[in-house]
Amino acid sequence: MSFLRVSWLVFRKDLTVEVRSFEILATSIFFAVSAVLFFAVAFVQEGRALDGAAPGILWIAVAFAGTLALGRTFERERQAETLQALLLAPADRPAIYVGKLLGIVTLLVTTEVVLLPLIAYLFQAPLFARAGWLAAVLLAGTVGYCAVGTLFAAMLVRVRSRDVLLPVLLYPITIPVIIAGVRATSVLLEPELDVAMIRFWLSLMAAYDVVFITLALWSFEPLMTE
Amino acid sequence: MSDPSGAGELDTLVVEGLARHFGRRRAVSQVSFACRRGSIVGLLGPNGAGKSTLLAMLATLLRPTSGTIRYGSLATIAGGAGRTGATAADLRRRIGMLGHDLFLYPDLTARENLAFFAALYGAGDARRAAHRALERAALADRGDDPVSSFSRGMRQRVALERALIQDPPLLLLDEPFTGLDDRSVAALMRRLSGLREDGRILLVATHDLDLVEGLFDEAVFLRDGRVVELASQPRALRALYQGVMARGRS
Repeated sequence: MSFLRVSWLVFRKDLTVEVRSFEILATSIFFAVSAVLFFAVAFVQEGRALDGAAPGILWIAVAFAGTLALGRTFERERQAETLQALLLAPADRPAIYVGKLLGIVTLLVTTEVVLLPLIAYLFQAPLFARAGWLAAVLLAGTVGYCAVGTLFAAMLVRVRSRDVLLPVLLYPITIPVIIAGVRATSVLLEPELDVAMIRFWLSLMAAYDVVFITLALWSFEPLMTE
Repeated sequence: MSDPSGAGELDTLVVEGLARHFGRRRAVSQVSFACRRGSIVGLLGPNGAGKSTLLAMLATLLRPTSGTIRYGSLATIAGGAGRTGATAADLRRRIGMLGHDLFLYPDLTARENLAFFAALYGAGDARRAAHRALERAALADRGDDPVSSFSRGMRQRVALERALIQDPPLLLLDEPFTGLDDRSVAALMRRLSGLREDGRILLVATHDLDLVEGLFDEAVFLRDGRVVELASQPRALRALYQGVMARGRS
């Protein structure tokens, strides 16, 4: 059974379960949209948004919604002990990690698609002016955040206080990728595009992604055996 | 069971001095027993006796702290030294496990669950494998219903076929009779007896002693992670169990 085939099977299964229940996507979108609306009440005065608020709000909403999605995805595997069934299969365990990662990235990207027009409208931010660059920034940041989050959520699946521990472990380690995401999005909102600066932040996020995906692939098997 | 890869045969299961510690707690300690092809072995003991930990080690989900597990001539797992013989994937392909929590996705249909696991175990035609499994479970007409709409007995039948989807020579069952009505228990007993006649090794952890009378060829009585008695062809199981556990306490 090839690595990619196992990843695809796990990814397709996660999407099918989500399409049936709509549980994680609905709660993540509801949570993220609520957060953005609360920030809009605080930071938009007399129709004018606070300068530079939009990128920070976008990434805070993504990070919080991501934590919710990560926790629920593995809670679903824990409830019927299906994670054990996955680990019993004669498949590369890192391939299972990749399948779960792809599923969570897809859910979070879908949440971002809903958030972007809302933030652009409420904060008068020209987020779609450089849509290609923004897509690259969001994808790089989301993959990095989810790469670490998927590993931690899988590690914590049997820990009783997992809901508390996940953000406590996840946020400090993902600070670099969240800061890079906020800074890169801010650069995209400037009147003049600084391509060198965008490339710098994107390179930083890509390096973060490579380092943490490699670490996760290397450590997933021993972590899941104990 | 035939072995198409030629990597060795899983015709016996021999456990020697097996132990698993969690920190200072000894969940399983110095457990030894052997099972042969075509037999059902009962793992009997109160809650916390170490039955599930033992099954998890046999299923390769947990590493032993010490001791060895010999899967016939296929592979050996030794605490501290790791695995020799077949690869982890080859070994797992020959082990089926039915957990207490059934290992099924409630939002997926029975057919989707079985097809997913068949594909994960490398079946060439996963949908066909799922259809055959549904027929064996006598649930072909309910195959497209979500598992969440099934009774416990129906879920158990799907879960058992999920554990057998790759035709494993070794089947591990953790409390398979929990929550079943009399009819479902009788059907499961018949199915397990049939699997024994196919030449498989079955290990059944249970404390539903009245339900399994006459099922086991061997019984391993566990208490506080240790084997307190091994019995061949055990009869009058509840009386035997109570006698063994009383001796274990004294």
